[in-house]
Order: sequence, then structure tokens, then C-alpha cells
Amino acid sequence: MKYKIKINGTVRTAEAEPGTPLLWVIRDELKLTGTKFGCGVAACGACTVHINGSARRSCITPIETIKDAEVTTIEGVNSKVAKVVQQTWNELNVVQCGYCQSGQILSAVSLLSKNNKPTSQEIDRAMQGNVCRCATYTRIKQAIVKAAKILKA
Amino acid sequence: MKLKTSRRTFLKTSAAGMAVLAIGLNSKGVWASSPQGGTLNPFVKITSEGKVIAVIKHFEMGQGTTTGLASLIAEELNMSLDQIEYEFAPADIEKYKNLGFGAQLTGGSSSMRNSYLQYRNAGAAAREVLIQAASQQWKIPVSKITLANGLVTAQGKKAKVSELVVSALTIEVPKQPALKDSKQFSIIGKSNIRRRDSEVKTNGTAQYSIDVHLDNQIIAVIKRAPQFGGLVQSFDAGKASLVKGFIKAELLPNKKGVVVFAKNTWSALQARNAVNIQWDVSKAERRSSVDLKKELLDAVNTKAEHQVSKNSLITTNQSLQKAKQVVEATFYLPKLAHAPMEPLNCTIEPTRGGGVRLHDGCQGVTSAHHTLAAILKLPLDKVEIKTLFSGGSFGRRVSPENDYHQEAAMAFALTDRSRPVQLIWSREDDIKGDYYRPAFAHKARVGLDASGKIIGWDHRIAGQSIFKGTPFEKHLVHDGVDHASVEGVSDSLYNIPNLYVGLTDAKPATRVLWWRAVGHTHTAYVMESMMDMAAKAAGKDPVAFRLEHLSNGKDQQRLAGVIKLAASKAGWNKKAAANHAKGFACHKSFQTYVAHVVEVEKKSNGSFQLTKITSAVDCGLAVNPDMIKAQIEGGSLYGIGHVMRNEITLNKGSVVQSNFPNYKPLRISDVGTFETHIVSSKENPTGVGEPGVPPAGPAFANAIAALDKRATELPMEAVGFKFSS
Repeated sequence: MKYKIKINGTVRTAEAEPGTPLLWVIRDELKLTGTKFGCGVAACGACTVHINGSARRSCITPIETIKDAEVTTIEGVNSKVAKVVQQTWNELNVVQCGYCQSGQILSAVSLLSKNNKPTSQEIDRAMQGNVCRCATYTRIKQAIVKAAKILKA
Repeated sequence: MKLKTSRRTFLKTSAAGMAVLAIGLNSKGVWASSPQGGTLNPFVKITSEGKVIAVIKHFEMGQGTTTGLASLIAEELNMSLDQIEYEFAPADIEKYKNLGFGAQLTGGSSSMRNSYLQYRNAGAAAREVLIQAASQQWKIPVSKITLANGLVTAQGKKAKVSELVVSALTIEVPKQPALKDSKQFSIIGKSNIRRRDSEVKTNGTAQYSIDVHLDNQIIAVIKRAPQFGGLVQSFDAGKASLVKGFIKAELLPNKKGVVVFAKNTWSALQARNAVNIQWDVSKAERRSSVDLKKELLDAVNTKAEHQVSKNSLITTNQSLQKAKQVVEATFYLPKLAHAPMEPLNCTIEPTRGGGVRLHDGCQGVTSAHHTLAAILKLPLDKVEIKTLFSGGSFGRRVSPENDYHQEAAMAFALTDRSRPVQLIWSREDDIKGDYYRPAFAHKARVGLDASGKIIGWDHRIAGQSIFKGTPFEKHLVHDGVDHASVEGVSDSLYNIPNLYVGLTDAKPATRVLWWRAVGHTHTAYVMESMMDMAAKAAGKDPVAFRLEHLSNGKDQQRLAGVIKLAASKAGWNKKAAANHAKGFACHKSFQTYVAHVVEVEKKSNGSFQLTKITSAVDCGLAVNPDMIKAQIEGGSLYGIGHVMRNEITLNKGSVVQSNFPNYKPLRISDVGTFETHIVSSKENPTGVGEPGVPPAGPAFANAIAALDKRATELPMEAVGFKFSS
């Protein structure tokens, strides 16, 4: 089947069977490789994308459910919040292996776009589904707090 | 200054009109330069287009080699780090071997340790030839010329390094280039250095091997035996052929599985589910974890197979008989999976002339090189390796068998070799098909005299050897003792009179492997738990007790240094808040010394929450302090997460766990704040990827023991401890 997907501000066409997770359409068909495969069962968050601005796990989202929704991947995220989040991530040397960080950043952008003054518990709740095996969590938290401060200023 | 070759000769040999100054140590041990590197060993490349490139011989799994090694080159060239590019070295053992191992291999927290002088020399040699080239061109003495920020300047004259590349290539480079005075350092030791790979990893452009999408590439996934040692008897791919995108299914020549080829990853995974296999399990592992655990616990309660210590059990027993009190405990530490974020994968691409190119986050370049050449029956020079970023490893991406490279090569050989083949593992493949940190049992009896000093220590260890039966056996197994089973106990820095160490090898069950910090991952847990228990029995403060058992030797005093620094920064002597407790542990591994103070809170519902870690590290000269701190943070939390929750168990030979829902990773709500303090040192730099791990688990357990019970069996969650999230 051919699907038209609104992704990163453009409409792209992709060939896929119904039931194919959005993740594999993004990676294998559209060749946008910033979105990662980590577990395939929505247990790690490496595949996080934005669907209409909210963080979603693309590995369990069937392609046919996207319809007219706007999909944004790490390659296309360019809001003010996203730029500040990427900036604080860089300033605080958050990344190590980096494999989970596209997903971490998209979850953080989703949080800060809705809540520019998250408490520690709110950060935990929003980021709980994003696993980092390098355990960069301390810095992720600091980068979110710093981004929130910059965004409020 | 000597002219090595004429400019005219060089220009003829320079390919595509692009001059590249490549500096390195040639086979005669002389620093030399050549176009494109030639037969030399290039660590620094400067293109005539102005790019300065550091060639990185150690793969990047997050530990920071791209930043660390590029820092050394940039420092000697007086550049800022963002002015330098980097690329990973190709397969070439002569030029890019790890000086500690003799093979191109990343491991043992050795990247900085073995590269520090090599890369500084390469950078310094590049600086000298560029300055000499300017001197020759301008007729100005070398002493009056400076190089900084990519510019060579003297007496009003100015040239970009790229403009001097061609002339620099004609100059014989110095055998012993002068290294920069450390007082002039602008990168080494500075805390404000940003990771060189940060930007690409925050904007989605970093290329990992799983991101390789070549023209006509097909995907291979393998259906493997449910039990270790199972073999394919027969298979039926009839239903798989109904999956759109399915290409074919073939038996692996070693019969360990069936490889399924498809046009894309999702089709390959779907088709694999549809393949039906009859397994021959007659030679497969049939035991369960309860049986294996009993075998280990029995072994530490009977006579050990190998005496590891010089001291015999007889003298130790005599010392324990004289002891005022004996502290005794038995420990069990389970199998653990590495579970890096990026599931294993690699791509084999056919190249012109019948060769291949491996695209991989390649940790063991030399062994992958030989594995592919052997299976594909190609000479080594027909096998290229392109190293990409690796989404973690923790030791998994290199193994004595090179399992996933073997699989990829076998799969590629089952095609007509005309298309690139990408082998992908799912998370289930990863958790169920790992080479695990072996399970270990320990039993220790520690004798204390009336003054609370240790006077004897009987320590039995049982577990599966990592190195026996591998090519590493001859280096790491001596008199039947695998050093990786006993490191951290038999070579403990504590002053322990009458230490007896006995080792019994467990009968192999599953495949085993080094796991971030190797043997120290279990030995430090036991040593540092025992030190805490002994301190308590002696009525002494755990920090003071440790310091009392360290002599004045340099090694011991470096450990004492981190103990004192961590204790003072953490306010060890101050009482913890209500329902909080601090735990202490320290350990030396991979020539680096680490101490942690871990603070834990006991919640009103009885669960525990990690609230703060204060660490001290002595890794010699700190090249990139913030990256050192990041490794200590990540390593410590990796250690604690596994102590809290993780184990791999077998049910009749099959691995029970399968994915993150049941091999539960540490999550953000599990962590508290973190402070790392680095000992100021002029000693040679040592690594930090692993040393944060070993003392973290026991420091956490020591804090919990102060609030509640001592965990002698891991993971804690399996024996009744609850954690907040």
C-alpha cells in the first residue's frame, strides 16, 4: 500500500503493508535514521517521535493510524523549545553513546512545550519511558531544568 | 631539515589533486608524512582544503574517544577542538593496534592510557613540519614562527595550515617532536570542553551502523535456538514466503539457526516469526538457574579447585582460630546481560574486485577483520572495515567468537554476494542471545583481632571462566586460574595478612563475556560488603577502617586519596537526614581508583530511593575532566541499576528474560543528584569507562544495610527489596 505522511513539514509517500509500525516506515522507507529502534515494544523510548506535537512511540504505532496527523522526527524538530533543549543538551555534555538521545530530546521538548516550569516529579513522569543504558539521567534532568530557565527568561 | 622527496614527485602521486598530509610513526619507528597516508600510520590528516582530521583508532561507544583523542591532536596543534574533524581508523593492525593488546581493539578502559603519548606525538610532529614548511618558504627561522588556530604566522607573514600542506609533505618529520609544556595547555585538563560528537547526537545526524542504508541493501534476521547448544533439525519457511518483502530463508552452515532475508526490517521480522523450526536439543543446555546456583553455592562450601593465593588455607585457618571474632558471609551474584541501546547489527557490502566492506560500530577491528576474511574466504586486504558510532556496548560488541560478525558473514555467503546485507538483532535476540556476565558465588570469612584489625581472610570464589577456551587463555589464565574470576580479591590493595583465595570453575552454562569492568563487577561487591561488615563488627567507622587497612605504598595511598576526597566532599562525618543513610565503597580497577559515597532514603512504604552520589576518582592526569565525570556518573548508575533489579535466569536451558519489560533498565526516577571530584595528578592518564562501576553497587548496598538488611544475594529486587519507581 502507498501512504501519504505529513512528516517534518512536507508530505512524503511511502510504500508499506498495513500494520507496519511507523518506526520502520520512517527508517527503512523515508531513510530518516535519527529515530531509533531499541525494543520494538514501547519499553525504551528510542523510537519517540511527535505526533501532532506529543511524544509517541513509533515502534507500536501502525502506519495506517497516522492519517492526517503531523509527524515530527528529530530531523524536523525546530521549535524554539527544541532549539533550546538541543542547546542545553550540548552545553551540559549530556550525550554518551547518543543512541537514545533523539527520543530523550523529543520527550523533553514535548514536556517543555506544555509545561515550562516542570517539577522534578513532572520531569521524571515525562521522561520515565525513555531508557538510557549509559545512564545519562542526571544530566538529562539538569538540561531540562536549564532549558526551562532559558525559555522562561 | 632534509628533503624527503621532490615536490614534483609528490604531486604526481597525490590522488585526485587533493593533498593530504598524514603524520604517523612508520614501521621503522620514524615519524613521517606521505600523501594519503600511504604505508604510514596516520593519526593526523590535513587536507589542502583546510580540514584537520584526527584519525581515531578506538571506536566510540559513548566513552568519549572521539573527543579525547581529538583533544590530544588539537592541543599539540594549538587549535580549538571544534576546528578539528575526526574519522575512525580503517582496519590496519600495524598502524592502529591498541599498544596494550597488540590488536585493534577497544576495551579494558585503555583508550586514553595507550594513546595519550602516541596522539600527542602525532600532533606535535604535524605542528613541527608545518612550521618548518613556513620557515623554508619565508626564509624565517623556525623559532620565530608560531602556529595557532590553524594559522602559521611570523613577522607579518601569515598562512593557513592548508596552504602549507604541500610543502610540509616534502619535509622529514622529527623523530622526537617537542611536546607542549603542560602550562600551555588550553584543552587538556580544561572543564569547559564540549564533546566533539554532541551536536550530531542531538540533531539526529550521527550515523550508527544500524543507520546504514546502501543501494539494494537487504535485511537478514536469524531465528536462533531457544536453548543454548540447540541445532536446527529441519525448518519450513512456507508461511514466511507469504510475507510481502520476504526473499528467502536458509540454514546457517553451523546449524545454529535459520537466516531470513527480506527487503526491509519489518518484513524480515514478520517472516522470521512465520518460520517453523524443529530443533535438535540433544546437546543443548537443560539446566535451570536454581540448579546452577546450587552448583556454585556448593562449590564455595567445599575445597576449592585452585589455590589462587600464595598463602595456603592451613595458615589462614590457623589465623582465623586466633581471631577474636570471625565475620562470615556467602554471596550470590547472577548472570547479567549487557543490553546496549543499539541492538547488535552490521552490514556487509560487496566492493569492486570481489571484496567486502563491513559497516559496523566495530569494537574489535582485528578480530572482525579475520572473522570475515576466514568465512568469506577472502585475503585480509579484500576486507575493509568502516567503523561507525556504536549505540553502547558495555563489552558486548567484541567477543572471542565474534558471533554477530560470523553470522553476518555466513548470511552474506548465502547470497550471490551482489547486494549489501544488513544483519539486525531484535531486543529479544539481544537479551536471549547475549554472552552474559557469568554468575558467581563467593564465601568469605574475615578474622579480626581484639583491636579490630584483620588478621586472616578465607575467600572462596566459584563461577564460569570467561577466558578459558578462548584465544586469550594463554595471556589471562595462569596455573588454571582465570584472572578475571579473581581480580579485585587476590590483588586487593587492602593490607590483609593470611589471605587465602580459592577458585572453583563452574561447568559452563551459556556463553559468557566481559561485562563493563569484568571480574571487578562481582569481586568489588563482595570485598566492599565484607569490609563494611568487618568495620561494623570491629566497632569502627567504615571509612576509617578502610584507611587503617591501607599501607603507605603508592598504589595504596592513591586509593586512600580517593577515599578521603569522597568522604570529605560528601560530608561523611555528618549524620544523614532522618530515614537516610550513606554507604561507602572504593575500588581500583584498570589502573584507576574510585570511591563513592551513596546516599539512600527509606520511604515510609518501605521502598528505597537513591538520593545522592558523591564520587572521587584518580585517573592520573585528567585529559577531559567533564567527560571523566560523565563516565563515573554513567558507570556508577549502570552498576547500581543491575544490583537493584537485573538478572538473567534459565529455565531448562532457555533464557527467561526477553526485553526491557522483564530485564528492567534503570530509569530517570531511580537517580538522584551526582557529584564527581577528580584528584589532581600528574601521573599518566588512565581510563574511566569501567572503574566507576565496581564500587557503586556495594556503596549502594552498604547504605541500604545501614537502613535495613544486607543484600548478599542479587539482584536486590529478587530478594524482597523494593525501589520507589
